[in-house]
Amino acid sequence: MKHRYLPMTDRDRAEMLATVGVNSVEELFADIPASVRYNGVLPISPALDEPGMLKHMRRLSDRNADSDRFTSFLGAGIYDHHIPVVIQHVISRSEFYTAYTPYQPEISQGELQAIFEFQSYICELTGMKVANASMYDGATALAEAAALAHGATKRNKIVISRTVHPEAREIVRTTARGLDLEVVEVGFRNGVTDLQQLENAVDDQTAAVLVQTPNFFGCLEDIRAIEPLIHAQKGLLVMSVNPMSLGLLESPGKLGADVVVGDAQPLGIPTSLGGPTCGFFAVSEPLMRRIPGRIVGQTTDRDGKRGYVLTLQAREQHIRREKATSNICSNQALLALCASVYMSVMGKSGMQEVSLQNMRKAHYAASQFPAGSQAFSAPFFNEFVVKLPANADVKAVNAKLLEAGYIGGYDLGVHYPELKGHMLVAVTERRTKKEIEEFVREWEACAV
Amino acid sequence: MKPEKALIFELSQPGRVAYSLPECDVPDIEPASVIPQSMLRETPASLPEVYEVDVIRHYTELSRRNFGIDNGFYPLGSCTMKYNPKINEDVARLPGFAKIHPYQPEESIQGALELLYTLQNDLAALSGMDQVTLQPAAGAHGEWSGLMLIRAYHESRGEKRTKVIVPDSSHGTNPASATVAGYETVTIPSNARGLVDLDQLRAAVGSDTAALMLTNPNTLGLFEQQIEEIAQIIHDAGGLLYYDGANSNAIMGITRPGDMGFDVVHLNLHKTMSTPHGGGGPGAGPVGVKSRLIPFLPKPVVGRREDGTYYWDTDRPDSIGRVKAYYGNFGILVRAYTYIRTYGPEGLRQVSENAVLNANYMLKRLAPHFEVPYPGVCKHEFVLSGKRLKEYGVRTLDVAKRLLDFGYHPPTVYFPLNVEECIMIEPTETESKETLDAFIDTMIQIAREAESDPQLVLNAPYTTIVKRLDEATAARKPVLNCSC
Repeated sequence: MKHRYLPMTDRDRAEMLATVGVNSVEELFADIPASVRYNGVLPISPALDEPGMLKHMRRLSDRNADSDRFTSFLGAGIYDHHIPVVIQHVISRSEFYTAYTPYQPEISQGELQAIFEFQSYICELTGMKVANASMYDGATALAEAAALAHGATKRNKIVISRTVHPEAREIVRTTARGLDLEVVEVGFRNGVTDLQQLENAVDDQTAAVLVQTPNFFGCLEDIRAIEPLIHAQKGLLVMSVNPMSLGLLESPGKLGADVVVGDAQPLGIPTSLGGPTCGFFAVSEPLMRRIPGRIVGQTTDRDGKRGYVLTLQAREQHIRREKATSNICSNQALLALCASVYMSVMGKSGMQEVSLQNMRKAHYAASQFPAGSQAFSAPFFNEFVVKLPANADVKAVNAKLLEAGYIGGYDLGVHYPELKGHMLVAVTERRTKKEIEEFVREWEACAV
Repeated sequence: MKPEKALIFELSQPGRVAYSLPECDVPDIEPASVIPQSMLRETPASLPEVYEVDVIRHYTELSRRNFGIDNGFYPLGSCTMKYNPKINEDVARLPGFAKIHPYQPEESIQGALELLYTLQNDLAALSGMDQVTLQPAAGAHGEWSGLMLIRAYHESRGEKRTKVIVPDSSHGTNPASATVAGYETVTIPSNARGLVDLDQLRAAVGSDTAALMLTNPNTLGLFEQQIEEIAQIIHDAGGLLYYDGANSNAIMGITRPGDMGFDVVHLNLHKTMSTPHGGGGPGAGPVGVKSRLIPFLPKPVVGRREDGTYYWDTDRPDSIGRVKAYYGNFGILVRAYTYIRTYGPEGLRQVSENAVLNANYMLKRLAPHFEVPYPGVCKHEFVLSGKRLKEYGVRTLDVAKRLLDFGYHPPTVYFPLNVEECIMIEPTETESKETLDAFIDTMIQIAREAESDPQLVLNAPYTTIVKRLDEATAARKPVLNCSC
């Protein structure tokens, strides 16, 4: 068959077979026993030509409600932020996106420097000493943080707040099963971790406390109160943070975190049904050689010229095999590049301004809802919880909102039975005052 | 020679901006009026202050210091560096794929769900498995997910099995994933032909065997001809067979792991299905299982109702739980779906046939000039040994560095670990005979250079923007960000 990606002509094939010394391609598969050969045509989707493919994909795409056509107030870990136009142009450079992991540093200096800058950005933003080249996403990064804490403290108990993203908690539990760790969940009061319960849960067998701030409800955790509880027991403080909030909120490094993770999606990465995104992972200096994943370091070449290489590889699976600190052998380089370009574009003042706008617009939105509908009074960033009028169902309200052109907030009852009838509303810098006001009016109309 | 490239931080000039934000049209409330001062940032992060042209020129220059498949031949063994089709990139950026949220109502993402459902089924058919999860984000993530499934399966039968067997030629992620899944690794040596040694395998299996992890064809590019006996030995002991799909590019439409006796499979969509590696990620590592493991699959999977609508199937009480937030690397899954539909079943078989012929052609032409540890027919890749050149003081690493001067990305080197001075070559199907011939001629020339003028090879590369880098110092005195 002729195909636009396949260069082999009949003549090429004949010449190559002659060189190999066989009569047919079939002979090259003679070592596969007949009993396991597949004879026939695989029952998979048929081929489409290029125009047909484009048409088919547009048809599938058009059946989804995207956040350009619909006004979104949905967050819960994935946010509808403005993506600066230059990002798509940079990540569409095929020298970046068609490259493998930079194993040959001499011809990969561009990617290596980009990762070195990403690590630098994450350190600046989080106030931590060391960051890696990125992880699959924020949730798996949190699970890796639990594994790191277990390795560093030789303790088996992980204490995690129920205000941490429910899916991240599920992944922590799945991971903990593999490593035989005990996971203890701590409840919440007024939208933030219950400090009394936390204090009771932490003991001298606790490897780490895992908290998220802004937490899943959008509320800000009182890290200055949590930090001494875990450090008094010589365990680690693991913080999961929204990087967008760090333009406004105190850096985790200043608050005493030992490990800081999060998802870089708010920094210029499309929502894309939740993936691919990019997890980040930063640690204090003593934990440097325990950090999972790829790390880029600066060095010099034979002429003394500055250059970059993958480093601290003695931690990694291709050398340590079963004794590696993690099985991860990749990063989310292209998405880390999105985040780096985002932070380059926003710069010092832009990161502060966008963070401030998120906070202000969310607070304005919260003020527009009927008095008493906000579920918690704890301080929040760009997301907050509203209680629907009695007996209103979030799913049904969202279906009506969709018809009116809105993507409504997250149904908290899915993961928190006690928060049935509560909606998590996210407001980013993309929302206008008018959109906010119209949404709240529509919400009120749908909720009765 | 190009000068050192400045870091973006070094371009900063106070007062410049590259962003354009909407006017804030809501009241300018003071942060401290709604958030306690103790939670607010004291010192802003010292990010660079640049304008848009700086950003574009900076990253454009970085891209010019990088080598991707679009720059040239990239025969990196076991990585399947095939052409990344452009249409895949275009369709993944359609707003209905790129701008949708994982928690939107199901009825508002029916197109996305249909795509995922079809991909689940196509990958199941391709691998000979009964059901597929698309959640894992990468090959290693798939391995760990697959091993957690195996663990759940054994535990559901009241069995506590503790060991995972891997051949010495396996990827390093195999034993590392076993550890993270709570298993002890048993490594067995390959036989003289580079294949699983059945006697070693029999000696290693027992009632504590949870699984054998295998790539087939293996990392030497050889098909494990005794796969049925291997499967029998493992299954007789009550263990399961795990298929590392890194080498699936050799077998599409020709043989299927499910038919070979494997119980759990992961596929690397960033290898076999042409999705770009992105400089290290994102990838996708879907996992397929036989029916007896379906109850344990991560939740949710995509289901189809009788009325033709699609839904997230979250009602899976025996599931191992989530392995990734949301539904996997959807943007990558869109590209893989597009790739599969660009070829169809006959086309995918052609892909594997051409990949295997390309590899055998290269092996045949290179064999007189390098040692071939495992002669005979290979599959999609093969290994050479550079040990003959050691007598001239030239090592495989030096050959790799010399290749850079000719505009090639070198093959994988020093892997698998059981071959001395290993050079592992995988041409893929998207390279022309002229490209293969030119590369082969270059390899032969470098082998001659090693004999006649070893210094020429030892000092390579000459043409790259940096010369060989001091990796030892980088690890001993780490400088990991620019503020250190």
